[in-house]
Amino acid sequence: MDLSFSPEELAFRDEVRAWIKSALPPHLAAKAEMDAEFTHAEVMSWHKILAGKGWAAPHWPKEVGGTGWDASRRFLFSEELELAGTPRLSPFGLAMVGPLMIQFGNDAQKKRYLPKILSGEEVWCQGYSEPNAGSDLASLALRAEDKGDHFILNGQKTWTTYAQYADWIFVLARTNAEAKKKQEGISFILCEMKSPGVTAKPFLTTGGTPAFCETWFENVRVPKENLVGELNQGWTYAKALLGHERTLVAGIGISARALLRAKRIARDTLAGGRPLLDDPVIRTRIATLEVRLDALRMANYRALAGAKLGHAPGPESSILKLRGTEIQQGCMDLLMFLMGDNSLSWFNEPGVVPPREQWVAPGFNYLRAATIYAGSNEIQKNIIAKMILGLP
Amino acid sequence: MNFDLTEDQTLLVDTVREFVKKESPVERMRKLRSSELGWDKAVWKKMGELGWLGVMFPESVGGAGMTFVEAGLIVQELGTTLVPEPIIPLFVAGSAIAEAGSAEQQARFLAPSVAGDQSLAFAFLEEQSRHDPHSVRTHAHPAGAGYRLRGKKRWVLSGHAADAIVVSARSSGDEASADGLSLFVVDRSLPGVSVQPVATMDGQKAALLELADVEVGADRLLGGVGKAGPLLSALMDLGAAATVCEASGILQTVLWMTRNYLMERKQFNVAIGSFQALQHRTVDMFVETELAKSVAMLAMIKAQDPDAGERRRAISAAKASIIESGAFVTRQGIQLHGGIGVTDEHDVGLYFKRMHILATLFGDDAFHLARYASLPSFSANV
Ligand SMILES: Cc1cc2nc3c(=O)[nH]c(=O)nc-3n(C[C@H](O)[C@H](O)[C@H](O)COP(=O)(O)OP(=O)(O)OC[C@H]3O[C@@H](n4cnc5c(N)ncnc54)[C@H](O)[C@@H]3O)c2cc1C
Repeated sequence: MDLSFSPEELAFRDEVRAWIKSALPPHLAAKAEMDAEFTHAEVMSWHKILAGKGWAAPHWPKEVGGTGWDASRRFLFSEELELAGTPRLSPFGLAMVGPLMIQFGNDAQKKRYLPKILSGEEVWCQGYSEPNAGSDLASLALRAEDKGDHFILNGQKTWTTYAQYADWIFVLARTNAEAKKKQEGISFILCEMKSPGVTAKPFLTTGGTPAFCETWFENVRVPKENLVGELNQGWTYAKALLGHERTLVAGIGISARALLRAKRIARDTLAGGRPLLDDPVIRTRIATLEVRLDALRMANYRALAGAKLGHAPGPESSILKLRGTEIQQGCMDLLMFLMGDNSLSWFNEPGVVPPREQWVAPGFNYLRAATIYAGSNEIQKNIIAKMILGLP
Repeated sequence: MNFDLTEDQTLLVDTVREFVKKESPVERMRKLRSSELGWDKAVWKKMGELGWLGVMFPESVGGAGMTFVEAGLIVQELGTTLVPEPIIPLFVAGSAIAEAGSAEQQARFLAPSVAGDQSLAFAFLEEQSRHDPHSVRTHAHPAGAGYRLRGKKRWVLSGHAADAIVVSARSSGDEASADGLSLFVVDRSLPGVSVQPVATMDGQKAALLELADVEVGADRLLGGVGKAGPLLSALMDLGAAATVCEASGILQTVLWMTRNYLMERKQFNVAIGSFQALQHRTVDMFVETELAKSVAMLAMIKAQDPDAGERRRAISAAKASIIESGAFVTRQGIQLHGGIGVTDEHDVGLYFKRMHILATLFGDDAFHLARYASLPSFSANV
């Protein structure tokens, strides 16, 4: 047993840390310092800086612009970005359709799409969920009709995060309504958002920002070459993708950053003339969460070590999603608690609460979604019950 | 022991229920969220006419002369549809006037609000106070025949709209001392009073209040100078009791909204309510909601208990307990709705937000647990 990273790995971490410090532009660094929410444009500008360094897609193979880092280095890299409070890159191109295309796409597709995902020139969104297909994704109804050299798409997707900013959407669509199992008639198709017949209407979330959309398809013409892999095999590809980068789903760095934010707020908030952080009750409350995060970090390291030995991350990664998102939410609860009466505030009103507290309330609301998206925590528990515990 | 409502109380509850159903569904609050006032003066007037605003105040000011039990019952029902009119600030500020004010002061400052023609707010929180009503820096200096007030108050609920604001101020003693505190009725329109409206997370509004050498006459002082410490504690308890009652109403709505959704929403070809994991979760929500209803009764009965120790014990127990119930029920309410639960257009998020506000107002769980554990009753007979 060896719980430490190697000297090379630690040197790598220091290099990443130093680079972030020098590369993050001052206006983004100032927002990061206050844990403010970044705009889409700010996220994209950071994406381009990372791409310039060759670090936008560490998990891609080297030949297509990745870094060739192993799982430990990718973890350390991601944790450093999160700990520094940098804008989080949109996962839909880099972490979803990109890897899927690398695994199942043809050469023409790889050549056409991957460079622009990498550079941030084209923005992607994910069209899986529908009004009647959430946890039961396989019952999706968006139709893709075979018209010889093209498909015609009709139907609706929903909860499509940032569809309003996207140039492209990847969808799961039904191409065979007669298939025996509903999982068997689904294909993976790429569609340009500006195609006639596509409309995306943003929803406001409880966090106060329009983070996702309803996306409609009305007689949308999509060339056949936008089919990824084989017809009716989309479900298999989507499932394969679920296993991808599962060692990063816990968001260890995100929670570590939030605890740092909590301590800073506790340091700067006086009660009875003394900083909250001096109060043993407050310290215990923060520590209660931090020790859980330490436990999860170790569980995450175990998964990393497994990945190094070549074990594909299995259903164990459900553990990371489950507790990771609960801890993220626990951090938001903690921040609100520490703010005391200031947590009555909403946002976008400068001067009402200290800058570091400004963006807590939207996050507190929005992050309720963390236990819903990417496979709800109930679904994760079903997976663990079946796949690990072997329950009937 | 008897937990039944009297005939009058039942009638009152039925009337409020009828009102929220017919005249104030959540959509009304939703619309008012973006308005400057945040609530509706015509509805306020109507509440006055129905006798709700004066329910716990003496007949001499036009009230019904009942108790906080009736007030709590009203607040609980109003909570079921998030009725935004500022009734909790009125009950708290009005109680200050009713308890400490002269007959003349009551007629002048309280009667117009009881009638629904005016509204009141209560300003006690300051930057450093962290839920403690005795932590006051705002100063009251004698000036001529009256006083000069100077200081800043935060999170004055509906203070942006109130005609008059009951303000705590210190004339002696150090920052956290219960001695040396006084209460004044300050008109929002007085020179030196500035009010900055700020949005609260639940879509309502509060004020940041600044008093820059505001001159008030002695007729604005409620009770004896420097003697308001115990009353401030009592008002804090009354406010906390009111938040408990409203929270109880909120949880009932969220429970049934969620239960109905589980019957309606189909995934995997069945109603998701048929999954046992979700049934158990909903049962836990139900249990918490029953506990919430129970502590709301406790809060109603004990809010005005003359035995301060018993009053604090009961109110802190009720508040700390319902904060836990509320966190669970509203969070699970969102969770079981899935994606739609985190949209602004679904109501469950509005209840979640309001629950947080209620949990924080008049003392959070840490405050009430610490207070509960510091009372003599906690260590009695150990
Ligand atoms: C903020 C946010 C962003 C999102 N972004 C995207 C996106 O970009 N693209 C996209 O395609 N989708 C996106 N989603 C959709 C997300 O994947 C779905 O919300 C999720 O799969 C749940 O589906 P649902 O909302 O229909 O809830 P439902 O499936 O209806 O679930 C409702 C509740 O029932 C529970 N439940 C369902 N089935 C079971 C079961 N068998 N056993 C026990 N409990 C069960 C769920 O856990 C949940 O609590 C996003 C969602 C959110 C909240």
